[in-house]
This record gives sequence, structure tokens and C-alpha cells, in this order.
Amino acid sequence: MATLLEQVELSAELRPAIAGRNPWALAGRRLRRNRMALAALGLFLLIVVLSLLAPWYARDVAHVNPLVPNLNGTTVVGGKVVPVMQQGGGSLHLGETPIGPTGDLHHYFLGADLVGRDVAALLLYGGRSSLQIGISSAVICCAVATLVALVAGFFGGLVDTVLSRIMDIIWAFPVFLLAISISTELLTARSGGIQVGPVHVNAASLWLPTAIIAFIYLPYVYRPIRGQVLSVVNKEFVEAAIAQGASNLRLIFSEILPNVVSTVIVFLPLMIATNIILESSLSFLSIGVQPPNVSWGTIISDGQDLLYSRPWVSMSAGIMIVLTVLALNVLGDGVRDALDPRAKLRVEG
Amino acid sequence: MNPVSPVHTDPARRRGRRPYRWSGVAALAALALALASCGGSSSSSSTPTVTRHAGGVYMILANSAFGVADPAQNYTLEEWQLLINTHDGLVGFAHVGGLAGAKIVPDLATSIPLPTNGGKTYLFNIRHGIKFSNGQVLKPSDFVRTFERQFTVPGPTTFYSKIVGASNCSTKGCDLSQGVVADDSAYTLTFNLTAPDPEFLDQLSLPFAFAVPASTPLKLTGNNVPPGTGPYMWKSYNPNTQAVLVRNPYFKQWSAVAQPAGNPNEIIEKYGAQVSDEVTAVENGQANEVFDGDSIPSDQLGQLNSPKYASQVHVNTLTADWYWALNTRRAPFNNLQARQAINYAANRSAYVKIAGGPSLAVPSCQILPPNYPSYVSYCPYTAGSSTTTWSGPNLAKARALVKASGTAGMKVVVNGTTDQVGKALAEQMVSDLNAIGYKASTLLLAMSVQYPWSQNSVNSSKWNVAWSAWYQDYPAQSDFLNVLLGCTTIHPNSDASPNIAAYCNQSTQAQINQAESEEATNPAAAAALWTQIDHADTNAAPWVNMYNPKQIDFLSSNVHGYSWSPQWYILIDQLWLSK
Repeated sequence: MATLLEQVELSAELRPAIAGRNPWALAGRRLRRNRMALAALGLFLLIVVLSLLAPWYARDVAHVNPLVPNLNGTTVVGGKVVPVMQQGGGSLHLGETPIGPTGDLHHYFLGADLVGRDVAALLLYGGRSSLQIGISSAVICCAVATLVALVAGFFGGLVDTVLSRIMDIIWAFPVFLLAISISTELLTARSGGIQVGPVHVNAASLWLPTAIIAFIYLPYVYRPIRGQVLSVVNKEFVEAAIAQGASNLRLIFSEILPNVVSTVIVFLPLMIATNIILESSLSFLSIGVQPPNVSWGTIISDGQDLLYSRPWVSMSAGIMIVLTVLALNVLGDGVRDALDPRAKLRVEG
Repeated sequence: MNPVSPVHTDPARRRGRRPYRWSGVAALAALALALASCGGSSSSSSTPTVTRHAGGVYMILANSAFGVADPAQNYTLEEWQLLINTHDGLVGFAHVGGLAGAKIVPDLATSIPLPTNGGKTYLFNIRHGIKFSNGQVLKPSDFVRTFERQFTVPGPTTFYSKIVGASNCSTKGCDLSQGVVADDSAYTLTFNLTAPDPEFLDQLSLPFAFAVPASTPLKLTGNNVPPGTGPYMWKSYNPNTQAVLVRNPYFKQWSAVAQPAGNPNEIIEKYGAQVSDEVTAVENGQANEVFDGDSIPSDQLGQLNSPKYASQVHVNTLTADWYWALNTRRAPFNNLQARQAINYAANRSAYVKIAGGPSLAVPSCQILPPNYPSYVSYCPYTAGSSTTTWSGPNLAKARALVKASGTAGMKVVVNGTTDQVGKALAEQMVSDLNAIGYKASTLLLAMSVQYPWSQNSVNSSKWNVAWSAWYQDYPAQSDFLNVLLGCTTIHPNSDASPNIAAYCNQSTQAQINQAESEEATNPAAAAALWTQIDHADTNAAPWVNMYNPKQIDFLSSNVHGYSWSPQWYILIDQLWLSK
């Protein structure tokens, strides 16, 4: 066999309970029984929903545009109108310090950043960018890597050699060095981004870091999936399909793909988490998300000069990254446990 | 001086107090001069009950070292502040605080000669009996090697390119026997130039022209600084750890104005600390100075506002511009109205806040910074009817100009830097541009990349507005008006093309040439002409000037005798330490 269900050695006690269920239903049942994974899923969904509400919060609650500087703006604290940026005291008046957290959802709940923007609103907008890039790049990366792995593993020979060596070359570069090099090159390109035929991805677009991150992590997904494909491609059911006259396309997508897709699904939340961290790192270095867009990485970067007086600027974004990545990793573990054939013990337990 | 080399990445710090040792009328006069010239030094570190004395180890903390130490190559304020204490030129900027520090005085030369031969020949008489720190006696022929090294060691050779024979020099070899003629018996040195250079004496006052022994190799000496004639000598320099200067045993003071004997016995500059840690160390008395090129994080500035540190913090206005160069090669800013529009729209008070507030930056519309003889306050791009002082943006006028220019809706790329201040400035510029109908976006690059990148015409199609900052090399108006906006400083396909806006107006260039030629013969007329040029360039709006920065010097409580020169900034050797 080749299907996941057939690989699972179920205990005698459980066998009657799952009779007639397909592998996805079984995996779903296992996932639902994993409370940690469900809690992580809940937390992740909460973060997603909050991030989606960013425009509403900024417009209707905080009444700010968090994507433009507001250095000369004012807000209300304790019923009094105060400047968002406050000049230093003493006899020297050195420096301008942004207003700190007010605790008032309508007026700079988490304070302002270095250019007077509402940190709470920025955090939600930053979540949109970070999540969009993390999820999109993970989906693209997994989809492309799976496709390449299917082709390489199925055809083997020269095709496999060429594709695998290309992936090896990408893998040979340190992740951050490669990401920084590509980002800098594309940001300063004459076209100001990526130009592929008629398709132009602007330097300020979120799709630019998305494409870069997806590209960089291709080999990390490709290798295990290709291994999975190689283990499946010579199984009896594939030979049976060949004997029945199935085309290559049918063999790849109907016989092999369903047997590797569980691995891809296990990878997905983990890749989202990894990609969010990479995106934040690149944005922290100012070569990821470009202004006026914000991400959690840019917020941490913007808060660097405020670590003494307004640590909440960087900390809030850092906490959001930690929570999101933690949720995704726990969820990823849960998904793996649910889909992995070696999860027998957990199910029995 | 470009924004990279002198290490000013932020509004800097500095303080101006005159040496406590002076007394009576002289001291009062010097104090008045220092205060007038420094834009008001914020405080004084001197304690009247403590007596000035020599001795002790003065320790500076710097975030990073200044690179290769060879004075023929190094182009950083960080090393220059040390080199002025270890080496001397024929002439030099007076080693005193205040505006007087911009005056050129004889140093190794006995006097400042008037040029002859139509401004092309300078004959210097050299002082007798001066020794290098290795004990070798200084001879006029030492200068020949000094100037030949300007060309054989890769560095900013353009300063001395008018010396006869310089055009044939390269890193492979150099023969200046016709251009720098030494007579060791008569103790004279003659410079022959290919053309008059009104700034030649300024250039001779820079550390590039500081004397080194004739035995110094023509090649780069790396981190070994050749012997000099100053009161200190280099004991060691390791860019990963520290530089150590100790007293030069052969030094005997010959001119208190040009090269006074220093106070500390030893000067140590340590490298590698975070700036925030430098501030803490100085607060705790573990070090004496936060290097004035290191930018104190904005939220630590709050600590310095404490009355506790009032006598240790000093703020001085710099002769420097922070500005946005507008790319005049391409739309929309090849259009005068579009350039004037963004000048009207620029919210300079926002830029000032990013720089640390009004205590650390002064909004400005014009090219020349204050403290120049030709400076006459001028700002046509402001709300209200004043044309001298900026009071606020004039968005109505700006939008009308954009409409009239036919450039509304155009895409504009703002090229800034990735550091916190640079990024904030770029975001504010994007906001200003969007407010008047452009579609602006940012292109942020690391500071070390951005400056040469924006200068190179190869990249000119990729940006419309580029950040830059300029700190004077020496106090000459042409250092701003000619170097930054003259037709002769546009060098296609070069990373060293300081006229970033690529603005060229031949009639203004003719005025620049005339002003330069009249500097020596009719300084008053030249000054008036420079004022006209400054205002004409401001009207042509090749830049959006944001502000003139100020600099903070933060010293430990046991440091006294603070002096600040507009050329060299803090005069380290004049400081003294209480026990």
C-alpha cells in the first residue's frame, strides 16, 4: 500500500472504532483530541482575526492612519490634549519622546513609535503583513517544492540530477546571506522589484519578500518530499496503475501525490512559522517589508532606539511573533501527530 | 566631507566652554566669542574650585574604529581629532575654541605667505629645530614625500591635484620635484600650482598635508601611523581594540595657537562598545567621553536632560546640512516648479523632531549653513510672508505649483538609509510628497551603500529624491556651493560625484568662479557674491534642505577645559582631568 491508512498499524482495540473511516477523518479525529493543538489553532485564528480587523480598528476605534508619520499630531490623555511627540525636559530639552501606552483603546493604547504612529494599530497592520507573507510564501514554497519533487522523483535520472543539484546550490547558501543578497539586488534593480515578462512586482509590494522567502526555502521542503516520492514511486499500486495504462500525469497526480500530501500538510504550519521569523528578520534589517507597509519585524526595528524609554514598541511586536510562531509550531506538531503513521501510540493512549 | 567618513549619522553633540586657565579680559572675550560662534554651547564642565593641570589618562569610547590609520588615506573626523595632536602641517586651523578656530595660522611654517606668480606660487619658510617623535629633525624635504604620498597611497587626491606634476602621479609612482620644491639649506618650501587655488591654504591645513618623515614608505602604512611633530605620538592602534596616544618626548611648544602642549598624559580611544553602553560608562565615570560621532540613541537623550548631567553635556551647531537631493536629470524634478513645490510642502518641523527636536537641529531652507561670513538667513519656502525663517509648510502653494508643473500623480522614489533616523526621514518625505499629489515610495539602503550609490549616475534612473548630509571639510563657502552644486563636481558613472542632484547652472557657475577668484583680493566682494549664489541656488531648489544639525558632547564629571572648534570640534588635548 501506499496510502497512509494502510501504513498505520492499528491496535486491535481501536480497529472497530475506525472501521470505514478515511485517513483524513482519522487524522481530524486525532487532531481534535489533541487539546494543545486545538488551543494553538485557536490562538492562531485569534491573531489572524485581530490582524484582519486592523483597518477597522485604525479607522473607527483609534481614528488614526498608522501608515503615515504623525510627528506634529496630538492625542487625548485623561481628557487633556497632549502632543504625540514630547520634547525632552530639563534645561537642555534634548530629544523627542513618543507618548507611552495610555491604556485607552481610542487614544494610542500602546503608545506611539519614533514617528508618532499608533503602535496598537501598527501591530495589527503588521500582523496582516507578517501573516500574509508567512502564509503565502509557505503555500508557494510547499506547492512549488512538491511539484519539483514529484517531477524529480518520478522521472529520476538526468531530470532528478539536474533538479536536485539546483536545489543543492540554493541550499548551499546561508539562508540569511542569500535572502539579504536577493533582497538588496531586487530593491535596487532598475525595474524596482521583480520583472518577469509582463508581470512586475514592485519593490514596495509584499509579494517581493513573499517570493524571496518562498524561493529560499524551496530545498528545505523539496528534499524530504522527494524522498517520500522516491519511496512511493516503485510501490505495487503504482506499478498496477502503469499496467493499467495510466499516463505519467495521472500517475503523478492521482497515485503519488495523494501519498505525499500528508507530509506537505505537516510542513505547512512549520513553514509558516519559519517564514514569519525570516520575514521579521529581513524587515528588521530594512530589506523585507518596505514603507509605508509595516510588519512585526519593522516595528521591532523602529522600536530599537526606544528600548529605554518606550520598550513596549519593540516588545509588543516581539510578543506577537513569539505567540504566532509558538501557536504554529504546536499546531504543526499536532498535525504531524495526527497524520504521521507512527502516531499509533498517541491514538491508543 | 561626506556623511559617511566623518561618522555623523545623527544630530551630533558638542559643547563649548573655554579653557578655565584663561583669566580676566582675555577669558571673557574668548567666552563671548565661543558662545557667539557655537550657537550657544549649552553648558560648561569647568568647576571653578578645581585648578587646571596636566596629567592623567583621557579615555574616549567609540562604537567603531576609523579604518586604516595612514594619514594619507584616512578621511574621518574620528582620526583627524587625534591626528591634530600628533602631527602638524605648514599651516593649520587655530587650536582654540569658537569661531577663532576656523582661522588659519602658521604652524610648521614661520608665516603664511602671500601667493605670487598670479596665485600659482607659495613660498614657505620652515621653522628650525622641530623634531619628529622618532627624534629625526624636520626638514623641508620631508614635505615632498608627504605630498607624493597623497598620490601613491590611494586617497582623496583631488585636494592637491593642482600641484605641478600631480597629473602624472598615480599609485605606481609620483614625481613632484617641479611642484613641491624643497631647499633644506635655506629651510624653504615652494609650491608651484598649475592654476590659482583660493582654497590651497585650507587644503594645506588638513591632516592629509601633515608632515611625515621623508623616509616614510610611498605605500600605505596600514595601521602604523608615521611619526609626527605634535605633542603626542601614536603608541599603538588596533582597530579592533583601541588607539593609544602618549606624549612625544621631542615636542617643544613653538606656537600656542597652532599646536599647544596637551594636558592629558595619555589619550586612549577604545572601540567596540554599544553607544548606549558608552553613555552609561561616562555617566559612571568609567570613561571620559562618548565619541562625538557616535549617535546617542534618542531615548537615552532623556537621561542627559537630567540636571545631574547639565554640566557634562554640551551642544553646538555644526556647519553642516542634512538635505534631500532632487534628481534634476528626470521627471518630475527636472521641473523647477516641481522642485519648489516639494520645498514648500516639506514639513521641516517634523524632520527636526526626528533629529531629536529643536535643541538638536535648526530648520533650514538654504544651502549655506550658519556661521559662514556669507550666510544671510533666507527661506522662501515657508508659510506666511517671511522669507528669512521657516515657520511651517505651505501646502496650498505647493499643490498649486505641482498642478502648474503638470507632474501631479507621478511616481517618486525616495532613496534613504536603513538606520532608524534615515528611515524615519524617508517616511516623512514620502508623506510630504503624497500630500501634494505624488505617488511616493521608499528605497532604503544601508548608509555605507546609499551614499556612493546615489552619487553614481548609473543609478540615477532609480530614484527621484535621495537623502544626503554634508559636513564641511574646511570653512570655505565653496565647500558647499561649488562642491555640492557646481557644474564641475558632476562626474558621470562615478561613486564620487558630490553634486548628487546633478544640478548645473552655467551662470551660477560663472559667479562661483568669480567669487573664488576674488576671495584673496577682495574678500568683501567675494562674500557678497557667495550670498547671491546661496540664494540663487536656494531659489533653483535642487535640494530640499531639512536642517542644520547640532552635536552633543557628553563628558564625565571630572573633565574640564572644554573647547570646541568649528573645524575639529572637541579639542581633546585641551581637556584636563580633575583628580
